[in-house]
Amino acid sequence: MKVAILRYNAGNTQSVQYALERLGVTPLVTDDPALLTSADKVIFPGVGHAYSAMNYLKSKQLDQLIPQLKQPFLGICLGMQLLCEHSEEGDTACLGVFPVKVVKFDAHLAQQQSAKLKVPHMGWNNLQEMNGKITKGLTANDYVYFVHSYYVELADYTTAQTDHIVPFSAMLEKDNFHAAQFHPEKSSQQGSQIIQNFLEL
Amino acid sequence: MITKRIIPCLDVKDGLTVKGVQFENLVVAGDAIELGRRYAEEGADELCFLDITATNEKRKTLAALVKRIAANINIPFTVGGGIKSVDDISVLLDSGADKITINSAAVRNPELVTQASKEFGEQCIVIAIDAREVAGEWYVHTHGGKQKTDIKLFEWAKEAQERGAGEILFTSMNNDGTKNGFTLEATRQLTEALTIPVIASGGAGAKSHFKDVFEQANADAGLAASIFHFNEIGIKELKDYLKAENIHVRG
Repeated sequence: MKVAILRYNAGNTQSVQYALERLGVTPLVTDDPALLTSADKVIFPGVGHAYSAMNYLKSKQLDQLIPQLKQPFLGICLGMQLLCEHSEEGDTACLGVFPVKVVKFDAHLAQQQSAKLKVPHMGWNNLQEMNGKITKGLTANDYVYFVHSYYVELADYTTAQTDHIVPFSAMLEKDNFHAAQFHPEKSSQQGSQIIQNFLEL
Repeated sequence: MITKRIIPCLDVKDGLTVKGVQFENLVVAGDAIELGRRYAEEGADELCFLDITATNEKRKTLAALVKRIAANINIPFTVGGGIKSVDDISVLLDSGADKITINSAAVRNPELVTQASKEFGEQCIVIAIDAREVAGEWYVHTHGGKQKTDIKLFEWAKEAQERGAGEILFTSMNNDGTKNGFTLEATRQLTEALTIPVIASGGAGAKSHFKDVFEQANADAGLAASIFHFNEIGIKELKDYLKAENIHVRG
Protein backbone atom coordinates (compact mmCIF):
# COMPACT_ATOMS: atom_id res chain seq x y z
CA MET A 1 0.00 0.00 0.00
CA LYS A 2 1.29 3.44 -0.96
CA VAL A 3 0.61 6.03 1.72
CA ALA A 4 1.55 9.62 0.91
CA ILE A 5 2.02 12.33 3.51
CA LEU A 6 1.43 15.69 1.89
CA ARG A 7 4.51 17.85 2.38
CA TYR A 8 3.96 21.58 2.84
CA ASN A 9 5.21 24.42 5.00
CA ALA A 10 3.06 23.60 8.04
CA GLY A 11 3.40 19.86 8.15
CA ASN A 12 4.55 18.18 11.31
CA THR A 13 5.21 15.19 9.11
CA GLN A 14 7.78 13.45 11.28
CA SER A 15 5.37 12.32 14.01
CA VAL A 16 2.82 11.05 11.51
CA GLN A 17 5.58 9.23 9.67
CA TYR A 18 6.70 7.50 12.88
CA ALA A 19 3.12 6.60 13.81
CA LEU A 20 2.68 4.90 10.42
CA GLU A 21 6.00 3.11 10.81
CA ARG A 22 4.86 1.76 14.18
CA LEU A 23 1.93 0.24 12.24
CA GLY A 24 4.31 -1.27 9.70
CA VAL A 25 3.75 1.23 6.87
CA THR A 26 6.56 3.29 5.34
CA PRO A 27 5.00 6.44 3.92
CA LEU A 28 6.18 8.69 1.16
CA VAL A 29 6.44 12.39 2.06
CA THR A 30 5.77 14.42 -1.06
CA ASP A 31 4.20 17.49 -2.67
CA ASP A 32 4.40 15.97 -6.16
CA PRO A 33 0.87 16.01 -7.71
CA ALA A 34 1.49 12.80 -9.66
CA LEU A 35 2.64 10.88 -6.59
CA LEU A 36 -0.22 12.26 -4.50
CA THR A 37 -2.77 11.30 -7.14
CA SER A 38 -1.45 7.76 -7.49
CA ALA A 39 -1.16 7.05 -3.74
CA ASP A 40 -3.63 4.64 -2.12
CA LYS A 41 -4.07 6.95 0.87
CA VAL A 42 -3.14 10.56 1.49
CA ILE A 43 -2.52 12.09 4.91
CA PHE A 44 -2.52 15.87 5.35
CA PRO A 45 -1.05 16.73 8.75
CA GLY A 46 -0.39 20.20 9.95
CA VAL A 47 0.69 22.48 12.71
CA GLY A 48 1.03 26.14 11.91
CA HIS A 49 -0.78 29.12 10.50
CA ALA A 50 -3.73 28.80 8.09
CA TYR A 51 -2.88 31.82 5.96
CA SER A 52 0.74 30.94 5.22
CA ALA A 53 -0.22 27.29 4.70
CA MET A 54 -2.87 28.21 2.10
CA ASN A 55 -0.42 30.49 0.32
CA TYR A 56 2.04 27.65 0.05
CA LEU A 57 -0.60 25.22 -1.22
CA LYS A 58 -1.64 27.78 -3.85
CA SER A 59 1.94 28.34 -4.95
CA LYS A 60 2.14 24.60 -5.74
CA GLN A 61 -1.41 24.43 -7.19
CA LEU A 62 -2.17 21.90 -4.47
CA ASP A 63 -5.30 23.92 -3.60
CA GLN A 64 -6.70 22.75 -6.94
CA LEU A 65 -5.51 19.17 -6.57
CA ILE A 66 -6.58 18.30 -3.01
CA PRO A 67 -10.39 18.66 -3.43
CA GLN A 68 -10.19 16.50 -6.58
CA LEU A 69 -8.45 13.54 -4.93
CA LYS A 70 -10.49 10.35 -4.88
CA GLN A 71 -8.62 8.04 -2.53
CA PRO A 72 -9.17 8.02 1.27
CA PHE A 73 -7.79 11.31 2.55
CA LEU A 74 -7.10 12.22 6.19
CA GLY A 75 -6.61 15.80 7.37
CA ILE A 76 -5.13 16.27 10.83
CA CYS A 77 -5.38 19.41 13.00
CA LEU A 78 -4.54 22.37 10.71
CA GLY A 79 -4.99 19.87 7.87
CA MET A 80 -8.63 19.47 8.94
CA GLN A 81 -9.14 23.22 9.23
CA LEU A 82 -7.68 23.83 5.78
CA LEU A 83 -10.24 21.40 4.31
CA CYS A 84 -13.01 23.72 5.52
CA GLU A 85 -14.37 26.76 3.75
CA HIS A 86 -12.91 29.64 5.68
CA SER A 87 -10.69 30.19 8.73
CA GLU A 88 -10.71 33.18 11.03
CA GLU A 89 -6.97 32.62 11.38
CA GLY A 90 -5.63 35.31 9.04
CA ASP A 91 -9.15 35.62 7.51
CA THR A 92 -8.22 32.81 5.13
CA ALA A 93 -10.24 31.24 2.34
CA CYS A 94 -9.52 27.50 2.60
CA LEU A 95 -10.04 24.45 0.40
CA GLY A 96 -13.82 24.20 0.75
CA VAL A 97 -14.14 20.41 0.90
CA PHE A 98 -16.29 20.78 4.02
CA PRO A 99 -18.72 23.73 3.84
CA VAL A 100 -17.94 24.74 7.43
CA LYS A 101 -16.22 27.64 9.16
CA VAL A 102 -13.18 27.63 11.42
CA VAL A 103 -13.39 30.14 14.27
CA LYS A 104 -11.23 31.11 17.25
CA PHE A 105 -12.01 29.98 20.80
CA ASP A 106 -13.25 32.92 22.83
CA ALA A 107 -10.63 33.30 25.59
CA HIS A 108 -12.84 35.73 27.53
CA LEU A 109 -15.80 33.39 27.48
CA ALA A 110 -13.41 30.66 28.61
CA GLN A 111 -12.35 32.73 31.61
CA GLN A 112 -15.94 33.30 32.67
CA GLN A 113 -16.76 29.60 32.86
CA SER A 114 -16.63 28.01 36.28
CA ALA A 115 -13.76 25.70 35.36
CA LYS A 116 -11.82 28.69 33.98
CA LEU A 117 -10.85 27.05 30.72
CA LYS A 118 -7.74 27.92 28.74
CA VAL A 119 -6.89 28.77 25.15
CA PRO A 120 -5.12 27.01 23.39
CA HIS A 121 -7.23 23.91 24.04
CA MET A 122 -4.23 21.82 24.98
CA GLY A 123 -4.43 18.30 26.33
CA TRP A 124 -6.57 15.17 26.42
CA ASN A 125 -10.28 15.46 25.87
CA ASN A 126 -13.00 12.92 25.19
CA LEU A 127 -14.76 12.02 21.96
CA GLN A 128 -18.56 11.90 21.92
CA GLU A 129 -21.28 11.13 19.38
CA MET A 130 -18.88 9.12 17.23
CA ASN A 131 -20.44 7.84 14.01
CA GLY A 132 -17.65 7.95 11.43
CA LYS A 133 -15.92 5.16 9.56
CA ILE A 134 -12.52 5.52 11.23
CA THR A 135 -13.55 5.49 14.90
CA LYS A 136 -14.65 1.87 14.99
CA GLY A 137 -13.19 0.09 17.98
CA LEU A 138 -13.26 3.26 20.08
CA THR A 139 -15.59 3.67 23.03
CA ALA A 140 -17.59 6.80 23.84
CA ASN A 141 -15.50 9.14 25.99
CA ASP A 142 -12.16 7.73 24.88
CA TYR A 143 -9.49 10.41 25.20
CA VAL A 144 -7.41 11.90 22.40
CA TYR A 145 -4.83 14.68 22.34
CA PHE A 146 -5.74 18.18 21.15
CA VAL A 147 -3.62 21.32 20.67
CA HIS A 148 -5.40 24.18 18.90
CA SER A 149 -6.75 27.71 19.29
CA TYR A 150 -9.22 27.60 16.38
CA TYR A 151 -12.03 25.10 16.01
CA VAL A 152 -14.53 23.81 13.47
CA GLU A 153 -18.16 24.44 14.34
CA LEU A 154 -20.59 21.54 14.58
CA ALA A 155 -21.96 20.67 11.15
CA ASP A 156 -23.78 18.02 9.15
CA TYR A 157 -20.43 16.39 8.44
CA THR A 158 -19.41 16.17 12.11
CA THR A 159 -18.65 12.55 12.98
CA ALA A 160 -17.33 13.09 16.51
CA GLN A 161 -17.57 15.99 18.88
CA THR A 162 -15.73 17.32 21.90
CA ASP A 163 -16.53 20.03 24.40
CA HIS A 164 -14.18 22.87 25.27
CA ILE A 165 -15.87 26.19 26.05
CA VAL A 166 -18.38 25.12 23.37
CA PRO A 167 -19.10 21.76 21.70
CA PHE A 168 -17.16 21.58 18.43
CA SER A 169 -16.27 19.15 15.63
CA ALA A 170 -13.53 16.74 16.69
CA MET A 171 -13.91 14.85 13.41
CA LEU A 172 -15.46 15.41 10.01
CA GLU A 173 -16.23 13.03 7.17
CA LYS A 174 -17.55 13.53 3.66
CA ASP A 175 -17.14 10.96 0.88
CA ASN A 176 -13.44 10.03 0.81
CA PHE A 177 -12.43 12.95 3.07
CA HIS A 178 -11.81 12.28 6.75
CA ALA A 179 -10.51 14.77 9.26
CA ALA A 180 -9.49 14.94 12.90
CA GLN A 181 -8.93 18.10 14.92
CA PHE A 182 -6.86 16.13 17.44
CA HIS A 183 -3.59 14.33 16.79
CA PRO A 184 -4.17 10.59 16.29
CA GLU A 185 -0.40 10.18 15.89
CA LYS A 186 -0.01 11.39 19.49
CA SER A 187 -3.12 9.87 21.02
CA SER A 188 -1.79 6.62 22.45
CA GLN A 189 -3.57 3.35 21.49
CA GLN A 190 -6.82 5.13 20.59
CA GLY A 191 -4.99 7.27 18.04
CA SER A 192 -3.22 4.24 16.53
CA GLN A 193 -6.59 2.55 16.19
CA ILE A 194 -7.93 5.52 14.21
CA ILE A 195 -4.93 5.51 11.88
CA GLN A 196 -5.23 1.74 11.47
CA ASN A 197 -8.93 2.12 10.60
CA PHE A 198 -8.04 4.76 8.02
CA LEU A 199 -5.39 2.51 6.47
CA GLU A 200 -7.98 -0.26 6.19
CA LEU A 201 -10.52 1.85 4.26
CA MET B 1 -14.06 17.98 29.35
CA ILE B 2 -10.35 18.51 29.18
CA THR B 3 -8.33 16.55 31.74
CA LYS B 4 -5.62 17.64 34.14
CA ARG B 5 -2.30 16.39 32.83
CA ILE B 6 0.46 14.44 34.57
CA ILE B 7 3.85 15.09 32.99
CA PRO B 8 6.97 13.18 33.97
CA CYS B 9 10.04 15.26 33.29
CA LEU B 10 13.28 13.64 32.25
CA ASP B 11 16.35 15.78 32.80
CA VAL B 12 18.76 14.44 30.24
CA LYS B 13 22.53 14.57 30.35
CA ASP B 14 24.42 12.70 27.63
CA GLY B 15 21.31 10.61 26.88
CA LEU B 16 20.80 9.53 30.48
CA THR B 17 18.13 10.77 32.84
CA VAL B 18 19.45 12.57 35.90
CA LYS B 19 17.88 14.27 38.87
CA GLY B 20 19.22 16.76 41.39
CA VAL B 21 17.98 18.43 44.54
CA GLN B 22 17.33 22.16 44.13
CA PHE B 23 19.21 22.03 40.83
CA GLU B 24 22.41 20.49 42.33
CA ASN B 25 23.90 17.02 43.08
CA LEU B 26 22.93 15.04 40.01
CA VAL B 27 22.34 11.30 40.19
CA VAL B 28 21.63 9.02 37.24
CA ALA B 29 18.07 7.64 37.02
CA GLY B 30 18.11 5.63 33.78
CA ASP B 31 17.91 5.59 29.98
CA ALA B 32 15.74 8.46 28.72
CA ILE B 33 13.90 6.57 25.99
CA GLU B 34 13.23 3.49 28.10
CA LEU B 35 11.83 5.61 30.90
CA GLY B 36 9.79 7.68 28.45
CA ARG B 37 8.27 4.60 26.89
CA ARG B 38 7.46 3.12 30.27
CA TYR B 39 5.71 6.31 31.34
CA ALA B 40 3.72 6.46 28.11
CA GLU B 41 2.54 2.90 28.69
CA GLU B 42 1.61 3.66 32.29
CA GLY B 43 -0.60 6.54 31.22
CA ALA B 44 1.55 9.69 31.33
CA ASP B 45 -0.24 12.46 29.44
CA GLU B 46 2.89 14.04 28.03
CA LEU B 47 6.63 13.80 28.49
CA CYS B 48 9.12 16.56 28.97
CA PHE B 49 12.80 16.12 28.10
CA LEU B 50 15.20 18.79 29.27
CA ASP B 51 18.79 18.60 28.11
CA ILE B 52 20.53 20.18 31.04
CA THR B 53 23.94 20.15 29.43
CA ALA B 54 22.88 21.44 26.04
CA THR B 55 25.66 23.35 24.39
CA ASN B 56 26.16 24.17 20.75
CA GLU B 57 28.32 21.08 20.17
CA LYS B 58 25.72 18.84 21.76
CA ARG B 59 22.82 20.20 19.70
CA LYS B 60 23.15 17.39 17.14
CA THR B 61 23.11 14.77 19.88
CA LEU B 62 19.88 16.25 21.18
CA ALA B 63 18.25 16.16 17.73
CA ALA B 64 19.25 12.50 17.39
CA LEU B 65 17.74 11.75 20.81
CA VAL B 66 14.53 13.56 19.81
CA LYS B 67 14.24 11.36 16.71
CA ARG B 68 14.60 8.21 18.80
CA ILE B 69 11.98 9.44 21.27
CA ALA B 70 9.53 10.37 18.49
CA ALA B 71 9.94 6.97 16.87
CA ASN B 72 9.21 5.14 20.11
CA ILE B 73 6.57 7.16 21.93
CA ASN B 74 2.90 7.71 20.98
CA ILE B 75 2.11 10.63 23.28
CA PRO B 76 3.18 14.28 22.95
CA PHE B 77 6.54 15.39 24.17
CA THR B 78 8.29 18.65 24.84
CA VAL B 79 12.00 19.22 24.45
CA GLY B 80 14.14 21.96 25.93
CA GLY B 81 17.60 22.91 27.02
CA GLY B 82 19.85 25.54 25.55
CA ILE B 83 17.45 26.67 22.80
CA LYS B 84 18.66 30.08 21.61
CA SER B 85 17.24 30.67 18.15
CA VAL B 86 14.48 29.99 15.66
CA ASP B 87 16.92 27.64 13.91
CA ASP B 88 17.41 25.59 17.09
CA ILE B 89 13.63 25.24 17.37
CA SER B 90 13.26 24.29 13.74
CA VAL B 91 15.78 21.44 14.11
CA LEU B 92 13.99 19.98 17.14
CA LEU B 93 10.49 20.24 15.66
CA ASP B 94 11.71 18.70 12.40
CA SER B 95 13.17 15.84 14.43
CA GLY B 96 9.74 15.10 15.89
CA ALA B 97 9.34 17.22 19.05
CA ASP B 98 5.76 18.40 19.55
CA LYS B 99 6.64 21.42 21.64
CA ILE B 100 9.82 23.12 22.68
CA THR B 101 10.57 24.95 25.87
CA ILE B 102 12.69 28.07 26.09
CA ASN B 103 14.01 29.44 29.37
CA SER B 104 17.13 31.65 29.65
CA ALA B 105 17.22 32.72 25.99
CA ALA B 106 13.65 34.02 26.20
CA VAL B 107 14.51 36.12 29.26
CA ARG B 108 17.59 37.51 27.55
CA ASN B 109 15.82 38.06 24.24
CA PRO B 110 12.01 38.23 24.63
CA GLU B 111 11.70 38.93 20.90
CA LEU B 112 12.61 35.25 20.39
CA VAL B 113 9.21 34.29 21.87
CA THR B 114 7.42 36.51 19.36
CA GLN B 115 9.45 35.20 16.43
CA ALA B 116 9.10 31.56 17.44
CA SER B 117 5.37 31.85 17.96
CA LYS B 118 4.86 33.48 14.56
CA GLU B 119 7.04 30.96 12.82
CA PHE B 120 5.81 27.73 14.40
CA GLY B 121 2.49 28.62 16.07
CA GLU B 122 1.87 29.37 19.73
CA GLN B 123 0.79 25.80 20.46
CA CYS B 124 4.36 24.52 20.39
CA ILE B 125 6.10 27.30 22.31
CA VAL B 126 6.38 26.61 26.04
CA ILE B 127 8.09 29.24 28.15
CA ALA B 128 9.81 27.71 31.17
CA ILE B 129 10.28 29.99 34.14
CA ASP B 130 12.44 29.10 37.13
CA ALA B 131 11.63 31.47 39.97
CA ARG B 132 12.60 31.82 43.60
CA GLU B 133 10.67 33.66 46.28
CA VAL B 134 12.74 36.13 48.22
CA ALA B 135 11.01 38.25 50.87
CA GLY B 136 7.59 37.83 49.31
CA GLU B 137 8.64 38.51 45.71
CA TRP B 138 9.17 35.87 43.04
CA TYR B 139 12.28 36.54 40.93
CA VAL B 140 13.04 34.85 37.62
CA HIS B 141 16.31 32.91 37.51
CA THR B 142 18.18 31.78 34.42
CA HIS B 143 20.98 29.38 33.49
CA GLY B 144 19.52 26.38 35.30
CA GLY B 145 18.70 28.52 38.31
CA LYS B 146 22.23 29.80 38.77
CA GLN B 147 21.64 33.45 37.82
CA LYS B 148 19.15 35.64 39.60
CA THR B 149 17.52 38.44 37.61
CA ASP B 150 15.47 41.44 38.74
CA ILE B 151 12.56 40.31 36.60
CA LYS B 152 9.40 39.42 38.47
CA LEU B 153 7.63 36.14 37.75
CA PHE B 154 4.13 37.47 37.10
CA GLU B 155 5.28 40.30 34.85
CA TRP B 156 7.44 37.99 32.77
CA ALA B 157 4.74 35.32 32.49
CA LYS B 158 2.25 37.90 31.22
CA GLU B 159 4.73 39.29 28.74
CA ALA B 160 5.50 35.79 27.47
CA GLN B 161 1.77 35.18 26.96
CA GLU B 162 1.37 38.46 25.11
CA ARG B 163 4.30 37.58 22.89
CA GLY B 164 2.65 34.33 21.88
CA ALA B 165 3.72 31.64 24.34
CA GLY B 166 1.26 28.73 24.27
CA GLU B 167 1.96 27.50 27.77
CA ILE B 168 3.96 28.39 30.89
CA LEU B 169 6.05 25.82 32.76
CA PHE B 170 6.55 27.34 36.19
CA THR B 171 9.16 25.79 38.49
CA SER B 172 9.40 27.00 42.05
CA MET B 173 13.07 26.78 42.98
CA ASN B 174 12.14 27.03 46.66
CA ASN B 175 10.14 23.82 46.37
CA ASP B 176 12.17 21.90 43.75
CA GLY B 177 13.53 18.64 45.11
CA THR B 178 12.06 19.15 48.59
CA LYS B 179 9.08 16.79 48.11
CA ASN B 180 7.05 19.09 50.32
CA GLY B 181 4.51 19.91 47.62
CA PHE B 182 4.06 22.44 44.84
CA THR B 183 3.92 26.12 45.66
CA LEU B 184 0.18 26.79 45.67
CA GLU B 185 -0.29 30.52 46.11
CA ALA B 186 2.09 31.61 43.33
CA THR B 187 0.72 28.94 40.97
CA ARG B 188 -2.84 30.07 41.71
CA GLN B 189 -1.93 33.69 40.99
CA LEU B 190 -0.38 32.61 37.68
CA THR B 191 -3.38 30.57 36.54
CA GLU B 192 -5.67 33.49 37.47
CA ALA B 193 -3.55 36.03 35.63
CA LEU B 194 -3.05 34.02 32.41
CA THR B 195 -5.38 32.71 29.73
CA ILE B 196 -2.87 30.06 28.53
CA PRO B 197 -2.28 26.76 30.39
CA VAL B 198 0.13 26.59 33.33
CA ILE B 199 2.23 23.54 34.22
CA ALA B 200 3.20 23.48 37.88
CA SER B 201 6.62 22.08 38.72
CA GLY B 202 8.87 21.69 41.72
CA GLY B 203 8.19 19.93 45.01
CA ALA B 204 5.93 16.98 44.21
CA GLY B 205 6.50 14.27 46.81
CA ALA B 206 3.08 12.76 47.42
CA LYS B 207 -0.09 12.03 45.47
CA SER B 208 -1.98 14.62 47.48
CA HIS B 209 0.37 17.32 46.23
CA PHE B 210 -1.09 16.91 42.72
CA LYS B 211 -4.63 17.08 44.07
CA ASP B 212 -3.71 20.28 45.91
CA VAL B 213 -2.17 22.00 42.90
CA PHE B 214 -5.12 21.06 40.65
CA GLU B 215 -7.82 21.92 43.19
CA GLN B 216 -6.34 24.87 45.02
CA ALA B 217 -4.19 26.45 42.30
CA ASN B 218 -6.14 25.36 39.18
CA ALA B 219 -2.92 24.21 37.47
CA ASP B 220 -3.55 22.63 34.07
CA ALA B 221 -0.77 20.09 34.50
CA GLY B 222 1.59 18.84 37.19
CA LEU B 223 5.16 17.99 36.35
CA ALA B 224 7.55 15.90 38.40
CA ALA B 225 10.71 13.92 38.00
CA SER B 226 12.26 11.96 40.83
CA ILE B 227 9.08 10.55 42.37
CA PHE B 228 8.41 8.83 39.06
CA HIS B 229 11.98 7.85 38.19
CA PHE B 230 12.63 6.19 41.51
CA ASN B 231 9.23 4.45 41.54
CA GLU B 232 8.06 6.27 44.62
CA ILE B 233 4.71 6.92 42.96
CA GLY B 234 3.45 5.06 39.88
CA ILE B 235 1.63 7.09 37.23
CA LYS B 236 -1.34 4.74 37.21
CA GLU B 237 -1.48 4.73 40.99
CA LEU B 238 -1.41 8.55 40.97
CA LYS B 239 -4.21 8.76 38.42
CA ASP B 240 -6.37 6.22 40.26
CA TYR B 241 -5.95 8.31 43.39
CA LEU B 242 -6.84 11.55 41.57
CA LYS B 243 -9.93 9.96 40.02
CA ALA B 244 -11.07 8.79 43.44
CA GLU B 245 -10.60 12.37 44.61
CA ASN B 246 -12.85 13.60 41.77
CA ILE B 247 -10.07 15.22 39.76
CA HIS B 248 -10.73 14.79 36.05
CA VAL B 249 -7.83 12.77 34.61
CA ARG B 250 -7.42 10.43 31.64
CA GLY B 251 -6.97 6.69 31.93
